[in-house]
Amino acid sequence: MKPPPFEYYDPSTVEDAVALLGRLDNAKILAGGQSLMPMLNMRFVMPDHVVDINKVADLSGIRDRGDALEIGAMTRQREIEFSELVRSKCPLITEAILQVGHRQTRNRGTIGGSLCHLDPAAELVAMAVIFDAIIIIAGPGGRREVPVGDFIVGYMTTALAPDEILVGVRFPVWKRGHGYAFIEFARRHGDFAVVSVGALLEADAQGRIARASVVIGGMDVAPRRATEVEQGLIGQTPSKDLLDRLCQSCRALEATDDIHASAAYRQRLAVALSRRALDKAISRMTRA
Amino acid sequence: MSDTQRSKRRTVSLTVNGKAYEKEVDVRLTLADFLRHELRLTGTHLGCEHGVCGACTILLDGLSARSCLTLAVQCEGREITTIEGIAPDDRTLHPLQEAFRDNHGLQCGFCTPGMLTTLLEFLRDNPSPTEEEVRIAISGNLCRCTGYQGIVNAALDAAKRMAPTAAA
Repeated sequence: MKPPPFEYYDPSTVEDAVALLGRLDNAKILAGGQSLMPMLNMRFVMPDHVVDINKVADLSGIRDRGDALEIGAMTRQREIEFSELVRSKCPLITEAILQVGHRQTRNRGTIGGSLCHLDPAAELVAMAVIFDAIIIIAGPGGRREVPVGDFIVGYMTTALAPDEILVGVRFPVWKRGHGYAFIEFARRHGDFAVVSVGALLEADAQGRIARASVVIGGMDVAPRRATEVEQGLIGQTPSKDLLDRLCQSCRALEATDDIHASAAYRQRLAVALSRRALDKAISRMTRA
Repeated sequence: MSDTQRSKRRTVSLTVNGKAYEKEVDVRLTLADFLRHELRLTGTHLGCEHGVCGACTILLDGLSARSCLTLAVQCEGREITTIEGIAPDDRTLHPLQEAFRDNHGLQCGFCTPGMLTTLLEFLRDNPSPTEEEVRIAISGNLCRCTGYQGIVNAALDAAKRMAPTAAA
């Protein structure tokens, strides 16, 4: 249980880090280390080079961009957990991050690391998906911005080229008074969820749903939006019958069958958890 | 040391429990192994070595962290507190340690260093926690002896002992 031999670099600028990644074969970026280090210790990955970006300046911080929150890639999960800015503008993220690992791992783990690792059940990946976040990437040709839908390519696979670094993520802010909820089922607190559901809702002046975003994590190769639920909510005044019926549609979603749960069980969880998440989000929603 | 050499071995200078150390190490050495094998501070225990059990928890610049998931070379210029650095001196226990002793907060003692470092940070951030908050705080630390009840009692008792007195 020791990391395999590798060569270690700790550049201090994004440009140097990108240059190193372009020059070195089989390199891995080390951010907070809460996923890469276990994988190194267990020798699931055998990189020849480790590029530690902890000393790269300006990759950390939470910035208010008015209609969006921009979070630097190396921002520790702890900073997000305790950020008043995040709590007031995107309270769903505060609620979800408390389910990310434990205090000790949130002290080190970063948002960028979580997004690049792209575990199917990762809460922060679900947050990027539910908010339609924009991923900011630096490479040899400068910066580019990618919608999260294009950033996620497949199971634990991102659109990052080998010589690119995720430098930040931009979360569009929902209207004040929006409803939100994040609920997950895990065997133990802090474990990756078997299934998780996040919901964001906006009401119009009559109390009808004007905007809805629902994400389901842990089901498929990556967190997915429950589009049937979202579309069924728009323009409707939520009622028990409507919510029951819409959430039943989650039973038909693609689901993984593995050691943690069968596909059928995951689908049942998706139905139950989406129902609870919608109830909670509706109770927190105020009319426009 | 040239850049090529520095990519494989490095000199790391850091402070552990208030004492400055400088050692040349392999870059792949974890902080946990550095503390145990290089500094012979064997109070930090290694259980799972992949960030699940919490036994190796130390304080890195005052914040709890898994020492098995941090490289020693990443701690250049940083301040580490291990279980050895908690008590005020060799003859006096920290109030948190006293509370563990008095509430049967440990049996075999393997998880205890991680429990104490974790709770030290937690009680600093949250000096009068509820039982549920304590249970969440130690959810990243596995204990196979106590059933946790003694640990929870100890943490709640420690919070009382560590609270500033009215006179202070």
